[in-house]
Amino acid sequence: MAAAHAHGHKVKRYSGLMDWLTTVDHKKIGILYFIAGFFFFLIGGLEAIIIRIQLLKPMNDVVAGDTFNELITMHGTTMIFLAAMPLLFALMNAVIPLQIGARDVAFPFLNSLGFWTFFFGGVLLNLSWFAGAVPDAGWTSYVPLAGSIYSSGHGVDYYVLGLQIAGIGTLLGGINFMATIINMRAPGLTFMRLPMFTWAIFITSALIVFAFPALTVGLVALMFDRLFNANFFDVANGGNGVLWEHIFWVFGHPEVYILILPAFGIISEVVSTFSRKRLFGYSSMVFATVLIAFLGFMVWAHHMFTTGLGPVANGLFSIATMLIAVPTGVKIFNWLFTLWGGSIRFTTANLFAIGFIPTFVMGGVTGVMLASAPADYQYHDTYFVVAHFHYVIVGGLILGIFAGLHYWWPKMFGRILNETLGKITFWTFFIGFHLTFFVQHFLGLLGMPRRVYTYLGGQGYDDMNFISTIGAILMGIGTIVFLINIFVTWAKPRNASNDPWEDGRSLEWTIPSPPPEYNFKQTPLVRGYDAWWKEKMEGKTAMTPAEPVGSIHMPSPSILPFIMSVGLFIAGFGFMYDQLIVAGVGLAITLGCMVVRSLVDDHGFHIEPEEQDKGVQA
Amino acid sequence: MKRLLPLLTGLVLLLTACGREDLSTLNPQGPVAEKQFELMKLSIGIMALVVVVVFAICIYVLIRFRRKQGDKAIPEQVEGNHKLEVIWTVIPIVLLLILGVPTIQHVFGLAKDYSKDKDAVQVKVTAHQYWWEFEYTDYGITTAQDLIVPTGKKISFELAAADVKHSFWIPSIGGKMDTNPGSTNRMFLEFPKEGVFRGKCAELCGPSHALMDFKAKAVSQESFDRWVAAMKAPAVMPADAELAEKFTSQCLSCHAVGENGGNSAPNLTGIGGRETVGGFLFNDEGGGVEQHLKDWITDPQGIKKGAMMPGAEDTGLTEEEIAGIAKYLAEYKLDY
Repeated sequence: MAAAHAHGHKVKRYSGLMDWLTTVDHKKIGILYFIAGFFFFLIGGLEAIIIRIQLLKPMNDVVAGDTFNELITMHGTTMIFLAAMPLLFALMNAVIPLQIGARDVAFPFLNSLGFWTFFFGGVLLNLSWFAGAVPDAGWTSYVPLAGSIYSSGHGVDYYVLGLQIAGIGTLLGGINFMATIINMRAPGLTFMRLPMFTWAIFITSALIVFAFPALTVGLVALMFDRLFNANFFDVANGGNGVLWEHIFWVFGHPEVYILILPAFGIISEVVSTFSRKRLFGYSSMVFATVLIAFLGFMVWAHHMFTTGLGPVANGLFSIATMLIAVPTGVKIFNWLFTLWGGSIRFTTANLFAIGFIPTFVMGGVTGVMLASAPADYQYHDTYFVVAHFHYVIVGGLILGIFAGLHYWWPKMFGRILNETLGKITFWTFFIGFHLTFFVQHFLGLLGMPRRVYTYLGGQGYDDMNFISTIGAILMGIGTIVFLINIFVTWAKPRNASNDPWEDGRSLEWTIPSPPPEYNFKQTPLVRGYDAWWKEKMEGKTAMTPAEPVGSIHMPSPSILPFIMSVGLFIAGFGFMYDQLIVAGVGLAITLGCMVVRSLVDDHGFHIEPEEQDKGVQA
Repeated sequence: MKRLLPLLTGLVLLLTACGREDLSTLNPQGPVAEKQFELMKLSIGIMALVVVVVFAICIYVLIRFRRKQGDKAIPEQVEGNHKLEVIWTVIPIVLLLILGVPTIQHVFGLAKDYSKDKDAVQVKVTAHQYWWEFEYTDYGITTAQDLIVPTGKKISFELAAADVKHSFWIPSIGGKMDTNPGSTNRMFLEFPKEGVFRGKCAELCGPSHALMDFKAKAVSQESFDRWVAAMKAPAVMPADAELAEKFTSQCLSCHAVGENGGNSAPNLTGIGGRETVGGFLFNDEGGGVEQHLKDWITDPQGIKKGAMMPGAEDTGLTEEEIAGIAKYLAEYKLDY
């Protein structure tokens, strides 16, 4: 104890806004990720609504072709990188350390840096709307359309630099969570006892670590092409445009699994909790997750069947892609048989989880259809593909995120979301979703290409586009109800118990909602899979501690991550507008912070047992 | 299973003969699209089976295992079931084999190269922002927007792009193939029936991507031969000398008619007889070909944003000259 005091020192504690800017607490960073991610989700949703209004009727002229291309580009980019990923990071941050019985992530400072780089990258990208130069080459930004000749404004520069900066944050997050899950599990929590969500995040983190560098390299090459007249992708000077497609999809396909695996994890937790049953076939679930991740790196060229790679490549990638259906099918049936024989409670979280299963199956089977290359020559770049990936991403990932948010909300905020409003959210969003995207399969089969800002009348597209737009508006209403729910719940007292669903199975349900700053007063001893459930079934009311009550070491808050990200943000603008001095100043700020961080020792601080009894709230 | 089969057959039947004959992938008008449609039907059939099974189990479970109010019972904590897990691993593998084998067959079948085939018609497709150039290498002729092909022959395409990436697609005849700048792709199509089929650009290529349509017109061999001859015949220039000079100086620097002019813009030989102006203004609708041409020459940007052609403000053509050129072009039809 005395030794702990010796290098513990009094730390400056901030409050109010400064607290949020300097926090390194994973729970607060989770909330920051949620706020930012949901804000970008609303922006991306608004863009989607404008897109659907433009396509409401043939030859509509709400927006022109160039604006439309800006909308689809920003909608895709925002939803994938600035809404879906951060919302997942919100749940990862809020839940993973709690599920493994840890007091924080492995690198709390890095965690904060990851959030702020993502945030400033996202802000940079969206400032393009105010700069009047918006990326418009699609979220895939195929060259040469995204090259400097055909996109001569600064639009695509915003895409390149915004994603580059935001991508740093994602990569840091991936490294951090991998390290956390490997190193910080509570005693007894072996890998094969990890909750399914933790497993999913572990595999996702590994995917991030391997996939994001490909995007980074691609973006650097595109940035050099655009800003410094390099020729990586310029055919006229010996470059190759198809190279960009490969680089993008070598990142892009694993990205799909980076998005969906956490959703699989969430569904596993929610379904198991609300059917009061152990997850069916746990070890096959783990194996299926690993296999999906592995195969996910072998199938990128199925996005390029019509690029002209030849029959050998197309055949191999067809078969490899189809193989992914097998482990995915295993997962689907495991969920169904988790429900089978259970005692199913239809909370909002569980409605979203149960809605996920058939919806995701529909997205999955169209995925297998797309895997058949000769048939894909017909589907490719049509509304069939649009329907498919929205079934997977919205019907899979977003339903999963909604399930997770409703499920873990009490753990994050200490209040259960209003169930009535929650159910309204579910039904409007769910029905709206199927209205919007089911008909789009047929639009594609009837010959409507994707990314078209308008279509001629009399081609059989009119009615289905109308239905699709109505559905999109319903989804918008569902989202607004969720927003209202947040505010309504906010006004209620913080009274959620440790285990508010009463059927909690994993460690996060053994500590207060929201948990104290240090999470676990005493690190718990884990005696099996579904650690908390096991104790409950044996009549215990708390976990067996693995250590005596003692002084808890905590990391100090720091403003440096915020300043470093501001530095990158400034540098991004400098590069874009060819003001190398500004770029230099920005980089100097970031590097300066790194120097400060390296030279100034910060040993953190300790929370003594007396303080713990007072209850230090997060 | 007995009940499922008729359901599935019904579903597949529903899909056949769906959509416009000249546009829908579900209403194939040539052997390539037919083969692709067969694969689509097979995969839809298999997948519908999967969906039905999952939905059935899902609905059963949700009804049968609802929690009763106040039910505190703890269900049996099942770890798994090896037999079941093997079943739902093996059955999907079998289903995928059923789909995988014809997939591989067709991947190679559709990749056949007819570029050296003397009986095939060789067409070099060059995609531009936002129009299509078709060069018939064996005949030394070039046309734009309307692809004229003989029925009953293999058409062997060589595809490339002049600026950004596009994708060449005639849904009811066969799947698409990208046109990449700097490299060529090959594919073949067949048109057993005479008719006009709608073609589209399927890769985002800029603000007017949605309007980058073209038409494929399949005609009899005799008619095709007459068309080739007419294309090769000396160009018909405007009768009025002054107008002809204006046309030559203002239009033929980029466009061509017959042997005259440049090749950086669509070839105009016989444009009056084409299906559309600009790829999507149908000449049997609206004001007809002459009006469409007049509108186009006056303000191409207003019709197809991002098109390279300068409008009347830049060309300095008077209304009268535009009317004259439009009339001349509208009357420039090939007899075939």
